Amino acid sequence: MAQETPVVTRFMRERPDDSWQFESARAYNAAYTRLERAFAMGPEAIVEAVQQSGLRGKGGAGFGTGQKWSFLPKGVFPRYLCINGDEGEPATFKDHMLTERDPHQLVEGAIITAYAIQANHAFIYLRGEFALGADRLQQAIDDAYAHGFLGKDIGGSGFDLELVLHRGAGCYIAGDETGLLSSLEGERAMPRIKPPFPAAQGLYAAPTVVNNIETISTIPWIIANGAEWYAGMGVNRSTGTRIFSVSGHVERPGNYEVELGMTFRELIEGLAGGVRDGKRMKFFIPGGASSPWLLPEHLDSPLDMDYAGSELRTMLGSGAITVFDETTDPLLVSWRLAKFYAHESCGKCTPCREGSSWIEKVLYRMVNGQGRPEDLDLLLSFGSNIVPGLNAPFAQTTICALGPSTMSHVVSLDRWFRDEIVARLERDTARRTSLEIVTVSAGADA
Amino acid sequence: MAFSGTERRRAEEIVARYPQSRSATLPLLFLVQDRDGWVTPQGIEDVADFLGLTPAVVLGTCSFYTMFKLSPVGKLVVSVCTNVSCLVNGGPQLHEHLRREYARSDDVFIEEVECLAACDRAPALQINYDFHGPLTGEQAVDLIERHRSGELTARTISGTATGGEV
Repeated sequence: MAQETPVVTRFMRERPDDSWQFESARAYNAAYTRLERAFAMGPEAIVEAVQQSGLRGKGGAGFGTGQKWSFLPKGVFPRYLCINGDEGEPATFKDHMLTERDPHQLVEGAIITAYAIQANHAFIYLRGEFALGADRLQQAIDDAYAHGFLGKDIGGSGFDLELVLHRGAGCYIAGDETGLLSSLEGERAMPRIKPPFPAAQGLYAAPTVVNNIETISTIPWIIANGAEWYAGMGVNRSTGTRIFSVSGHVERPGNYEVELGMTFRELIEGLAGGVRDGKRMKFFIPGGASSPWLLPEHLDSPLDMDYAGSELRTMLGSGAITVFDETTDPLLVSWRLAKFYAHESCGKCTPCREGSSWIEKVLYRMVNGQGRPEDLDLLLSFGSNIVPGLNAPFAQTTICALGPSTMSHVVSLDRWFRDEIVARLERDTARRTSLEIVTVSAGADA
Repeated sequence: MAFSGTERRRAEEIVARYPQSRSATLPLLFLVQDRDGWVTPQGIEDVADFLGLTPAVVLGTCSFYTMFKLSPVGKLVVSVCTNVSCLVNGGPQLHEHLRREYARSDDVFIEEVECLAACDRAPALQINYDFHGPLTGEQAVDLIERHRSGELTARTISGTATGGEV
């Protein structure tokens, strides 16, 4: 029987009624006690430990966290820590939960991370729609200041930190690391071309680390339990645990924190109860809307963060798994995702700005019975101007990954449902043609 | 018209959090949106004046973000998700039900939005950025009406806790 391995979700389960409150977090989760250990280790040893733990970013890209920290140029100050809580990847809802239900864990992780990278100013960029999360996080920050865990000379360590909660205002692309920086600087959240990478020139062109909320929430536990403990969990290069947001046609939708290496089947069928109402699964999205889809025959694959180059050619991305039953129209799901990307494309790069809305238009006619037999090939043809080669790991002609994401669902349609779709488009075309014959001849008679 | 004394103090507090004042653009836009009920041309000008930017620059940033309303929306913004998890759980039908119900309403604004990160409660919606779900059309109307009558307290249309801070 599949089991969860709660690390960052442990405390919120133990104290579901008050886990976000300072007194509760202090009394029952020993909040802020890992600071002492961190200050005793010193910045370099923390970076070293996080590298050894194998911790990788949990926002989507899966880049090595300690490695990212180590890229900061030596001796260049000020530096900034920006924590990415702009969770907008469709079907992902873990950072939302972490912010509302364990903000002190996040603040403690932020302090340790800022100390490790020697930043005295940190920002948490929280998705604007998370109003309750913003209230609770601001309260947590205020409490941490009031008790001397933020501000000047934290715990007598000599380390100063200002931590600022910054609310977004409704925009998916602010979740891209450089889009976030543009937004935090008061501009449109348009991603920037790399290099320079944020580690060299990020916020206000200063060295900057951008990490996801779940990543930062994990840091106190690596400090408390050691790098070996964390590296001892997981599979291959995917160490530790991750929260998977499971939704769609499942019996028990929700967030499940599991050790990496568990199979999709154990997670979806064992923990989330499988497809509801006794139906069968048609397909599932394994890692947020930007990840190529998988079929029921792939359920025994392990949760591993390095699929892009493998036979499955997908990714665990943001850890959002959406399950669709046999009654689902894959074209409808694809169209809805296309509509999302067309809406959220920031407009900076031509292939994505123009391509995303054309993909939506063509899919709209396909799903509404107005498609033509060649439409799937048409999509692939102009889509390859956004994603040359059309295969994961995606190449891109755009600055950020939103470009290739606009095509991941189309590539999936082609890969898994091509015959079904082409047959349907042929039927739709034949129906329209016969209608045309009737109406035209009726018109001629009159 | 510029910021009043209280607004100015609040705005100064916000700007002081950032190494560069332009970073205060989004929070100040929330401030004027809460003051005026939507982001008015005057609000844009006030933010621009305060930050030493042109109104065009502030409007350029503002119009990029969906939570800033550039025309009046009434007292309640109801955001209904129709992205994939809600799509297969009745989100579009919920949106359509509410859109028809409140088509002529001046104080309830129904909008279709992208994934709200509440997929375990699909179909989900927000009323002034408080989460609710799963809901039927009737349950949603009932909930909106209870906010409308004052029985339930709503946040501001920027999601600010009533009586609280931006």
